[in-house]
Amino acid sequence: MSTARELLLDIQGLEVHFETRRGLARAVNDVDLQLFKGERFGLVGESGSGKTTMILALLRMIKTPGLIAGGRAVFDDGMDLLALSKEEVRENRLRRVAMVPQGAMNSLNPVMRIGEQLTLTMREHGEEGTRDEMQTRLEQLLERVGLKPEVTGLYPHELSGGMKQRACIAQAISLGPSLILADEPTSALDVVVQRQIMQTLRQLQLQLDATVLLVGHDMGLMAQFAERVGIMYGGKLVEVGTVADVFRNPQHPYTQLLISSIPSFDRRGTFKGIPGVGLSLLDPPSGCLFHPRCPQAMEDCARQEPGLTQLGHGQHVSCLLHEKEGTDATPA
Amino acid sequence: MPPLLEAQHVRKVFRSGGGLLQADSTETVAVDDFTLAIDGDTPSFTTIAGESGSGKTTIARLLLGVTPPSEGSVRYRGMDVSSLDRDQTRAFRQDVQAIFQDPFEVYNPFYKIDHILTTPIEKFGLASSRQQAAEQIDEALRTVGLRPEETLGRYPHQLSGGQRQRITIARALLLKPKLIIADEPVSMVDASLRATILSSLHKLYTDFGISFIYITHDLTTAYQVSDKIVVLYHGTVAEAGDVEHVITDPKHPYTRELIHSIPVPDPGSAWIEEAVEEKDVEVSDEATGGCRYAPRCAHGSARCAQMPPLYRLDDGRVASCVLYDGQEPLESGDLTRIIGATPQEE
Repeated sequence: MSTARELLLDIQGLEVHFETRRGLARAVNDVDLQLFKGERFGLVGESGSGKTTMILALLRMIKTPGLIAGGRAVFDDGMDLLALSKEEVRENRLRRVAMVPQGAMNSLNPVMRIGEQLTLTMREHGEEGTRDEMQTRLEQLLERVGLKPEVTGLYPHELSGGMKQRACIAQAISLGPSLILADEPTSALDVVVQRQIMQTLRQLQLQLDATVLLVGHDMGLMAQFAERVGIMYGGKLVEVGTVADVFRNPQHPYTQLLISSIPSFDRRGTFKGIPGVGLSLLDPPSGCLFHPRCPQAMEDCARQEPGLTQLGHGQHVSCLLHEKEGTDATPA
Repeated sequence: MPPLLEAQHVRKVFRSGGGLLQADSTETVAVDDFTLAIDGDTPSFTTIAGESGSGKTTIARLLLGVTPPSEGSVRYRGMDVSSLDRDQTRAFRQDVQAIFQDPFEVYNPFYKIDHILTTPIEKFGLASSRQQAAEQIDEALRTVGLRPEETLGRYPHQLSGGQRQRITIARALLLKPKLIIADEPVSMVDASLRATILSSLHKLYTDFGISFIYITHDLTTAYQVSDKIVVLYHGTVAEAGDVEHVITDPKHPYTRELIHSIPVPDPGSAWIEEAVEEKDVEVSDEATGGCRYAPRCAHGSARCAQMPPLYRLDDGRVASCVLYDGQEPLESGDLTRIIGATPQEE
């Protein structure tokens, strides 16, 4: 599916570093990723894998002691997100790149009615119109996310968790962005509500022909929502492919272990964890970052850092086991 | 002999508002008429599952004796837990252990990990010498898959969430309890570690004969570890029985909705596309006397205005729904008959 699609955003060599008293941590480590127009891409990883840092970098919201230390993120019209000035970042936020936050509970202003918040956001980002025009837009916006017009007059505490998350989605789509970044948008919600919210997000994504980059660790949610997925480990992208390829035919040993550790309704009483402990970004191992935990590690893995190898169907993997057989690294 | 721990027709009501200047207070029924006994001699692994607001954590707190019931009683070996004397309390605290959700909150950051392990040994006089205490700690840590030399002597902040959660399990294990009540023990742990921790818990059940009450919102892990399951909805029991029956063939409309909402890690299902009926009905916390799920239920009818009893179905499970009207109701709503370790041989 990716071959027929137009490129929306080309991320090359993205580096995000945190300078701490105990040394430098490479939270995002030389990541190449291509996102296509209108696709749903899932970025998976455990805590500390750099997935959230990556979307914060795309939003230009990395704060000290963190900094974007290198790379480009180029839109289809040549605009590099990482090279924008502060003012340009502001002009593009919501209009091109918008975010659906993780904790809808904490991202709305508790002392402002929903309608006021959404109107203010639109005005702050340069939308103009009379009071009546804005009100009409507001009601249309709420309707699109499945909220009744009465919600405009309510405060966040009067909404359920699902309704708050819908209000946040309304804010994110208010200026029709082409890229929506969603950071575990349903992790605080019950499963029944989660499904409704994800369906709403998908409908909106189709209507807007927007690209959604969904970040999270729920493999079930990724399998159901995303068309392509990327697996991160220790700040590196270790595997990218269609959801079917990655789930049914994972190639990186970490992905294989991750997939087999998912509890499912097929197997009872079997528990397969991933051996070893997660790496410390302050003291990463040499060579492949996963080699100390890898059941298939070879001698070279401690010395040589693997590049990203293309395997076919657009599946890419960063592992020495595949480096010889595949073609050379091309960005995923 | 009375069971190790039992809840008898327990009801818990929380009141809010109704201060000096407020005319009326609102009552939230967190748990409504819950009866279950856990036998001390035959180990069992039971999940109490529900979404937020289902009352699952309240049940855990009631069983642990930290929240007093509004009606009914919680009994430890036949004695009301609210009136245990010193020695009885001590025995209760040793037999019934708790593992909580947040492995970050339960530690005092100023003490080394050793402290959390030596304290129960001292308090309960588990070892006669330092040497013996050290051996016990060593063994408990190894049982949960931790290496003592990498764990002892360190501070909580030096360990990962998964390691910390395993230390709470090791601590519980030291006391050789009969029952562990684990409230969402893996919800804050990364997916790859979840399996490791659940397998530690399961091992305590199979190898050491410790019973478990596993409180969770996650039906997939419930299916993995437990034998029996109780599904709660807004303080009432919707369905209970063998986990195999309830999960693979749910009978209560709520359990069905819940299970069909879970995104399965297998691409290609219609989870995202299949239209779901959106009923964003705000369910009132106040008991209306009828089925709590009726406002959201596709089968809702006038008959639901009265709370249905738990009907016994053929495979030994119960479901509280008028769809099964005509089946024999469960005697006094006592779940022990359904999910007790030896349900049928009475």
